[in-house]
Amino acid sequence: MSKSPEVKLVNVPSPNFVPEKDLGKPLVLEAAHLGIDFGGLVAVDEFNIGIGATEICGLIGPNGAGKTTIFNLLTKVYEPTRGTIMLGGRDTHNLTPVQVNQMGIARTFQNIRLFDKLTVEENVKIGLHNHMGYHTLAGVFRLPNYWREEKKAHERALELLDIFGMADLANVTADSLPYGAQRRLEIVRALATGPKLLLLDEPAAGMNPSETEELMNNIRKIRDEFQIAVLLIEHDMNLVMGICESIVVLNFGRIIAKGTPSQIQGNPQVIEAYLGTHRG
Amino acid sequence: MFSFKKASGLSKKAFINYAIVIVFYLVFQILVSTGNITSALKGQLIPITCYMIMAVSLNLVVGISGELSLGHAGFMSVGAFTAVIISSAMGNASNPARLFVSILVGAILAGIAGFLIGIPVLRLNGDYLAIVTLAFGEIIKNILNCLYVGIDEKGLHFAFNNPDALGMDPLGKVLINGPMGAVGISKIATFTGAVILLLVVLIIIQNLVNSRTGRAIMAIRDNRIAAESMGISPMKYKMLAFTISAAMAGSAGAVYALNYSTLVPKKFDFNTSILVLVFVVLGGIGNMTGSLIAAGILVVLPELLRKFSDYRMLVYAIVLILVMLVTNNEKLKGRMDIFAKKVRMKISKGGKKK
Amino acid sequence: MLANLINGISLGSIYAIIALGYTMVYGIAKMLNFAHGDVIMVGGYVSFCAMMYLGFPAPLAVLLAMIVCTTLGITIERLAYKPLRSATSLAVLITAIGMSYFLQNAALIIWGANPKAFPNMFKNFEAIEFAGARISPVALVAIIANVIIMVALTLFTSRTKVGKAMRAVSEDKGAATLMGINVNFTISLTFAIGSGLAAIAGVLLCTAYPTLMPTTGSMPGIKAFTAAVFGGIGSIPGAMIGGILLGVIEIFARAYISSELADAIVFGVLIVVLIFRPTGLLGKQIHEKV
Repeated sequence: MSKSPEVKLVNVPSPNFVPEKDLGKPLVLEAAHLGIDFGGLVAVDEFNIGIGATEICGLIGPNGAGKTTIFNLLTKVYEPTRGTIMLGGRDTHNLTPVQVNQMGIARTFQNIRLFDKLTVEENVKIGLHNHMGYHTLAGVFRLPNYWREEKKAHERALELLDIFGMADLANVTADSLPYGAQRRLEIVRALATGPKLLLLDEPAAGMNPSETEELMNNIRKIRDEFQIAVLLIEHDMNLVMGICESIVVLNFGRIIAKGTPSQIQGNPQVIEAYLGTHRG
Repeated sequence: MFSFKKASGLSKKAFINYAIVIVFYLVFQILVSTGNITSALKGQLIPITCYMIMAVSLNLVVGISGELSLGHAGFMSVGAFTAVIISSAMGNASNPARLFVSILVGAILAGIAGFLIGIPVLRLNGDYLAIVTLAFGEIIKNILNCLYVGIDEKGLHFAFNNPDALGMDPLGKVLINGPMGAVGISKIATFTGAVILLLVVLIIIQNLVNSRTGRAIMAIRDNRIAAESMGISPMKYKMLAFTISAAMAGSAGAVYALNYSTLVPKKFDFNTSILVLVFVVLGGIGNMTGSLIAAGILVVLPELLRKFSDYRMLVYAIVLILVMLVTNNEKLKGRMDIFAKKVRMKISKGGKKK
Repeated sequence: MLANLINGISLGSIYAIIALGYTMVYGIAKMLNFAHGDVIMVGGYVSFCAMMYLGFPAPLAVLLAMIVCTTLGITIERLAYKPLRSATSLAVLITAIGMSYFLQNAALIIWGANPKAFPNMFKNFEAIEFAGARISPVALVAIIANVIIMVALTLFTSRTKVGKAMRAVSEDKGAATLMGINVNFTISLTFAIGSGLAAIAGVLLCTAYPTLMPTTGSMPGIKAFTAAVFGGIGSIPGAMIGGILLGVIEIFARAYISSELADAIVFGVLIVVLIFRPTGLLGKQIHEKV
């Protein structure tokens, strides 16, 4: 009888949970013990999350809790001080925002960051940049694949804009759009990069209830059509409770609660974080 | 409701620029052949065309890429002095061939200089970037001031900061003589050649801008952080724009040099860089048509102001300040718009009465 | 060696005084005042005329130059820069360049293109021997003037009410206005101080290098601006350190390497510094908030 070769044992993380439908599929994003300090100030600490392949996850918390900082860590605008981020099973340590975008993470910004002087269509085409297969020289000399790829990109851009009913605004410059439309354009543009995980930073900010309702439907539609995961920061609780399958609550840079919308709504710690301690 | 700004068709704009260049060429070609042109203006045709190339190429960096460069003349001088050497080295070839190769090599060397300078420069932002490009422009000028090149039967000889180190035959000819600059240049540049180069430069820039590469460059200009989040590497595309622009300045320098019999490095100092920047800003940042027209008018303007003799540069300065005030001050701009509207109304009313 | 070092510090002191004008104006108005170098030239010409044509004694000539330059500085700011307070920095830069052309060409018309030999205002003083090195009186005066100006300005901006207002405006114009600070007055004052210093620098520069031309101010202006960036633009001690380092590097490069390449070396050092410290030696690092 020969002894079977000894195998290395690997710790499998996972205090994480995902929606049942995503069981068996690899996680799009997994962050463990994530933290960042800004000159002695601990901005985020012990942030753990796992996001399923087609999960819609909400990240909520009072102002200054560190929500946008977490987006900046996940997209590598900041390099974390501690912890690891795995994107589609690959460690993103020391990678740049450009590289992690190409690995499948795209985002919108809390303070809108569109390419103001360019048209709506051009904004979306910039999102399609890495999916357009021609070289700079082909562009300069207008070779056949320039025309072919530009035509494809044009059609694709209109298709994506159509999700939000914005195809007729394709030739308008981005800075002349109304606020809500600018927010929607940011989502389309992020979607154009072909992400597996879409990060939305306060997508409903400044929208009225009917616009928010429409946005909720569109986020669901995007998830179903593209089969991607969404992580969103939002203060509008109707939106969060309405579309998120799981919710993570952050306060002072730490997770204070995780769970389904109904679990979160009943959590005393969450209520305390939002309303303060009841004294007396 | 919102008024949407529609972007006008880019390809249409591009063709307007080609048309402007061709009309410019034909008009002056006819004036020259019929002899209806002053010799001073005729002598300015090639420099004007070169400055147009300088202006549109700088606009690629300042307008499209959004970086303020104050050292564009440095790249022009690299092309210029390269062209002097190349054209002398291939003395037996036909003039168009010498011109062509000189432009090409001048552009390549200036492009290499642009690439090398871009590595440190493009890591900086805003005013710091501007001051470092200025510094590089001055460094290039200083280095050329120390450059000695000669040619004899054995070929080219180079020396740095020491004219005696050239080690040439007594029969050899000195091409570049340190601070005295290039001497005995063969004047092989032609107006037609310069205009063809201008067209090529325009085609390259405009095709570049209307491609995925151009969009990436503009995305970085409008919002670097958003561009990065779209998977676009800022350094790569800034470098591309900077290098192409430098190469184009080199090609303009090559033609410029081969239009004169002597040329000193001091010609390409900080003031020349500023002059080209003024063309770009007055013509409208990012607006190629504006760059062409501003370069054309402003190179000729001191010539036209000749009757003011001593006062012409003063007038030039005042015009420059006034134009900047009128186009950039909100109040003045508003008043100008109202004034323009009134004039337009009057004109249209006058038209109806008839 | 020692003589070179002292000459370097002296030239650097002149650069530092000019650099202060750049750095203060940049700090408060966020603009590169390209015409600053030409204000130096005007200061040189005014004191030259006062001494040669009007027979003024040297101190009075310097005072006159300071008054003229201060007035000029305020006028330039009011006429050309104030209307552009909300315009892009590039537009302001081009306007400043236009102003620089204007001053140079006005000087050309008034005083002609021929270089003027600036009188030596320290001819009654002997050069001082120090550890075997001869120090010219102007070098000594430049160094002393620099130290006095630096101390005075530091006290001014940290102790006086107006000086504090200046710092407040450079931090945040809007907030300063809300605190009841007269922003326009503060900016004018900054230009006035910068231009007054430029007059002093002009006199010192022309005494040390006694040829006066309409373009006299432009190269020292660029170098002093480089010095301001070198030290971290917006910072007063930065301007001093940047100016002196630049002066020393320039004199040593001239003496030991090549006078042709001295400027290239000066600019080369600037580039190296900026690569490793992108906002200069004492500049504040600014991060864009995402």
